[in-house]
Amino acid sequence: MNEPSSVPLSEQEMIRMEKVHKWYGTFHVLKDINLTVRKGERIVVCGPSGSGKSTAIRCINRLEEFQRGRIVVDGQELSSDVKQVEQIRREVGMVFQHFNLFPHLTVLENCTLAPTWVRKLPRRQAEDIAMRYLERVKIPEQAGKYPGQLSGGQQQRVAIARSLCMNPKIMLFDEPTSALDPEMIKEVLETMVTLAEDGMTMICVTHEMGFAKTVAHRVIFMDGGEIIEENEPEEFFTHPQSDRTKLFLSQILHN
Amino acid sequence: MAETPLSRAEPPPASTIGAFGWLHRNLFSSPFNIALTVLASYLLYLTIPPLLHWALLDATWSGDSREACQANGGACWVFIRVNFEQFMYGFYPEAQRWRVNTALLLLILGAAPLFVRAMPNKLKVRWGLGLLLIYPLVAFVLFKGGLFGLRIVDTSRWGGLLLTLIIAGVGMTAALPLGVLLALGRRSQMPAIQALCTIFIELWRGVPLITVLFMSSVMLPLFLPAGVNFDKLLRALIGVTLFQSAYMAEVVRGGLQAIPKGQFEAAAALGLGYWKTMALIVLPQALKLVIPGIVNTFIALFKDTSLVLIIGLFDLMNIVHNATTNPAWLGFSTEGYAFAAAVYWLFCFSMSRYSQNLEKRLYTGHKR
Repeated sequence: MNEPSSVPLSEQEMIRMEKVHKWYGTFHVLKDINLTVRKGERIVVCGPSGSGKSTAIRCINRLEEFQRGRIVVDGQELSSDVKQVEQIRREVGMVFQHFNLFPHLTVLENCTLAPTWVRKLPRRQAEDIAMRYLERVKIPEQAGKYPGQLSGGQQQRVAIARSLCMNPKIMLFDEPTSALDPEMIKEVLETMVTLAEDGMTMICVTHEMGFAKTVAHRVIFMDGGEIIEENEPEEFFTHPQSDRTKLFLSQILHN
Repeated sequence: MAETPLSRAEPPPASTIGAFGWLHRNLFSSPFNIALTVLASYLLYLTIPPLLHWALLDATWSGDSREACQANGGACWVFIRVNFEQFMYGFYPEAQRWRVNTALLLLILGAAPLFVRAMPNKLKVRWGLGLLLIYPLVAFVLFKGGLFGLRIVDTSRWGGLLLTLIIAGVGMTAALPLGVLLALGRRSQMPAIQALCTIFIELWRGVPLITVLFMSSVMLPLFLPAGVNFDKLLRALIGVTLFQSAYMAEVVRGGLQAIPKGQFEAAAALGLGYWKTMALIVLPQALKLVIPGIVNTFIALFKDTSLVLIIGLFDLMNIVHNATTNPAWLGFSTEGYAFAAAVYWLFCFSMSRYSQNLEKRLYTGHKR
């Protein structure tokens, strides 16, 4: 039914989610998610745990399947065609809560693996690119080490560099600082801010409201699998509309 | 309170260090342990000296018939010396044994680069795969002959350690990749593949190897049309390989299950497909985790090769057994089996040491 098709989009649109529904068994996790993300736009998704925010962004690169609705990424509609999904995943970088670096490979190898095997770049070129991004996340000196030898913050920065090496058009962040010790959160957020300044299209699931205020164009609040509220950060934080948003904000800001 | 310098290091109590400390900790730490130590010493005293006398001090090393052994009471190693060539080559024609030696030499030369530390891993993998593809063909031609003017030596004449190594070598190199595929298949999302692999594994794991060998040599010919007969050795090789691959599959599956879901997701998010994810991310980690289990299976396989004696193949075990029934050498089965045991042990122990070495070298200091 979902045959791959190139849907005409306005040049600015990078992601469009239309009426996306998802069930885990009989449990309705995502209810009618509608979201349009334009090129260069930075969106922060927040909400209580279990609200479906991670699931929602994981649908964008199809780490999760959805049962109803449609998602169009960079002009291509997601389907169940494996090749097409792989194609889209190349253009969509993802950073995970638990880094998910490959422990048997060095930092440099983590960064060159996908460019050489998926993009088919020559090893030399892939290494040059990797070193450039490792410099950008400020850990080129760790290139020869294994992930297990790095701190959590360093690992997460490697994970960001690894994604960037694929030269993605969109970056998804799934609670990138939630598993970090407090003193390491800052270094990761700073890396994300530089990325934002370079005009990357970003969707970021996070509870770092400071980051949302300074970086996001829009903040989306999800609860119970629905998008409850969507606004510019200034408005979102100063004049939350719904009671659930108010409750959430009061909990998160007073902790 | 009086001021004491915090950093003054004192030597530990004398009773906890050095040889005395070791003895105290390991042998005499409690009355029960003292009793055990005394008892064990006594048992060793009872067994070791007679064993040394038999195996070394009173043993006969020179001579070429059983008469030479009559004078001393100890082991008659002459029996081993005289039959040594047969133990190594079986009934392989003497004039052609250089072919076996050449194959062995080629194997050593071919495998040597794999043990050079300086060689990059990537090159090692390529070299190793190349060797795996080419060497069996070369060795087969050398053993069997029929090409390049080499006389044909029928597989029924292959024997001794040569045959043991052939069965073990083929079994290991074929069972591992097959086991990996079966393990992947059993975890597959595709129900048909999953069911097939599960059935295969459970079927082969559920029967004794000895039954498999019997069936391959006795029952299989019943189902084949008259006149169609394929090599007994080949049938044994297939039986051993399929049997061991079922075991290997479960060992590998254990490793696959230990890989966190995040690894699959990270690979997927980078656009890697199924096979690349498995080959580059999952299997290198999973196989490394189960090296002890893989080597365990290899060692079991190596020793299980001795079961081929029941289908009339003369592997090391059978050829030794055969020699002990030779009327000229009756009464020396202890020496024969001790020798066979020593050879098996040597190979198995080497594999065990090599695997420990490999584990150490592949350790990348990651925590889970």
